Amino acid sequence: MPESQRNIQQKHDMFRGQQSTLIQTHSIGVIPPFQDGARIALENTQLRRNLHKATQTIRAKRAAVVDEMPDWEPLREAGRALKQRVLRHLDDYLLELEASVQRAGGQVHWARDADEANRIITDLVRGYGAKQVVKVKSITTDEVHLNNSLQSIGVEVTETDLAELIIQLADERSSHILVPAIHKNRAEIRELFIRKFGLEELSDSPKELAEAARLHLRRKFLSAEVGISGANFAVAETGTVCVVESEGNGRMCTTLPPVLITLMGIEKVVPSMDDLGVFMQLLPRSSTGERMNPYNSLWTGVTRGDGPQHFHLVLLDNGRTRVLADEIGRQTLYCIRCSACLNVCPVYSRTGGHAYHSVYPGPIGAILTPQLVGVENAPSLPYASSLCGACYEVCPVKINIPEVLIHLRGEVVRHQQDHDGLRGRADPENVAMKTLAYLFADPARYERAQKLGRVGQWPLARGGSIQWLPGALAGWTAMRDLKPMPKQTFREWWRTTRG
Amino acid sequence: MSTGKEAILSSIRAALRDVPAAEKPSDVPVSRDYLKHSETPREELVFLFMERVAEYKATVRRVSEEALRAAITEACHMRGVGRLVVPPDLPQEWEPESVELLRDEGLSHEQLDRSDGVLTGCALGIAQTGTIVLDGGEVQGRRAITLLPDYHLCVVREEQIVGLVPEAFAHLAYTVGEGGRPITLISGPSATSDIELSRVEGVHGPRTLEVLVVG
Repeated sequence: MPESQRNIQQKHDMFRGQQSTLIQTHSIGVIPPFQDGARIALENTQLRRNLHKATQTIRAKRAAVVDEMPDWEPLREAGRALKQRVLRHLDDYLLELEASVQRAGGQVHWARDADEANRIITDLVRGYGAKQVVKVKSITTDEVHLNNSLQSIGVEVTETDLAELIIQLADERSSHILVPAIHKNRAEIRELFIRKFGLEELSDSPKELAEAARLHLRRKFLSAEVGISGANFAVAETGTVCVVESEGNGRMCTTLPPVLITLMGIEKVVPSMDDLGVFMQLLPRSSTGERMNPYNSLWTGVTRGDGPQHFHLVLLDNGRTRVLADEIGRQTLYCIRCSACLNVCPVYSRTGGHAYHSVYPGPIGAILTPQLVGVENAPSLPYASSLCGACYEVCPVKINIPEVLIHLRGEVVRHQQDHDGLRGRADPENVAMKTLAYLFADPARYERAQKLGRVGQWPLARGGSIQWLPGALAGWTAMRDLKPMPKQTFREWWRTTRG
Repeated sequence: MSTGKEAILSSIRAALRDVPAAEKPSDVPVSRDYLKHSETPREELVFLFMERVAEYKATVRRVSEEALRAAITEACHMRGVGRLVVPPDLPQEWEPESVELLRDEGLSHEQLDRSDGVLTGCALGIAQTGTIVLDGGEVQGRRAITLLPDYHLCVVREEQIVGLVPEAFAHLAYTVGEGGRPITLISGPSATSDIELSRVEGVHGPRTLEVLVVG
């Protein structure tokens, strides 16, 4: 390997080995800048090939199954409106959900933050005397780092979604909401399985790799004492919880172990079964690009003689009420985690998920993470977008992501001005904006500035463009040319022709 | 525990200061202009259902009421099924010939795992998506029996097929309301696309799904 490639590889390995960023409302550090992670990711050509293939494939599948729906737009509107209704009355719906789950024989717990959720769940697992836990893919449990907590009390935790298993075995982080191991190719997965499962021979065909995982996990499913899941939806009226999946690992985890614990963000509640029918049309087509994903499990408390006889639903806040309090940012909580916005995003499809340093990558992550942890702790994420709007167009619940991005950029700047003292106020962008605001406020002042600019630009304007700006302004021209001011401005022209 | 609950509820109420106190959930408009009933004639619905099930790489065949038992027997023989799990209320007319039936009156997970397949009916079929709905009702048994065996043979009656997803959920609201039975929606055999997005049929659930449409 040439020196330069080796350096990139080393940097990439370092990057992958980093501890995943904690999304916890307490003890938060500042999330590393997006642009640093993006630069490392962009240098990895294998990653870019994997990402390109994956995002293009899912995009095409989604487009095909969305186009065949004559009522897609009315469905999106209904989905959006239902989420709006739920969030504006979230307290009522959560209380209704709690009562319904209890009536159906389940228990409900409330967790203010990651620590509290982990404490509730580890206490439950310990209380049942369980040594083995099987998990359905759940971003919410990743968000609170539940696996670490369970392992710390000596419980063996097994991720059972194929991609999550790959990530767990490789000790890496998810890079996509739907397909977390999108950054790994078959050769890498083959080597990992040979090493971790102690196999002598294994081909790199996806079929054979899936079979190896099936055999490895079957024993775990049959012996685990506790299953842990997230929830895609929970119905307030009936207490029905829904998990959407493909491989059957979700059915296994929610059916076979005698105890089932579900961790759910408070925003996942929907009013009625009819309303769930709306989301069950929006989610599969937006997410995997299927008319319906292979398996959906819906359970209502406990059922005698069928499945787990102990069911615990843990409702998690962990920053969500902070998002709820922002009238523009609130719509972020409509998200049903389909990942359609990732696949169409020109930024995500090049950098992949790791650069976002959060379990929520892509456009939705760029607005959700800063709100969950506070913009001051993720100030680069609202800028990880070209504002092209493709995400808004595909969002099945019509989250106006560009609007929230711009709103959050404003928050970032305001925070810098308020808290960064002199350094914040002396920030070149801040100074430039303040100066512009001053100049634009008065017509005479504005025209004087134009005249001054025309004189001042002569050392920089070359052949009809400004290709280089000095000092703090150099960033602007690093990637693009600047148009010089014309010989005659519009206002001057107007005066000579009409005035 | 109640402290967590009170704290979250009061954070929510503080966050929603902009919502007028008098506003009720039903005051937030939800337009439901999406399709709720299919206008497609029944015969076409059956055809669409079969087409969509087949697209998931499941085998699907249409048989008459009289030929059902023979079709079940044939399917079992074709797959080499020797030990077939069946729900406790399997009708006698469905019992295949020369196959050992494991009637689920409390079979262990290991017994289910070692069987060759399972035979059930269903609650509903959804034509729009090629989905089979199990709700633990008649001839369906508990969830584990359709999960651990590697082969699932499912009998769908023509009159059980509905057109659209909302029609199915209208039925399911009733199922869930009346005793809270668990529901499983099945659309083809289990599958994964987690490795380079190439689809592999058959991971943890039954790797083979076969559907007989009766009527």
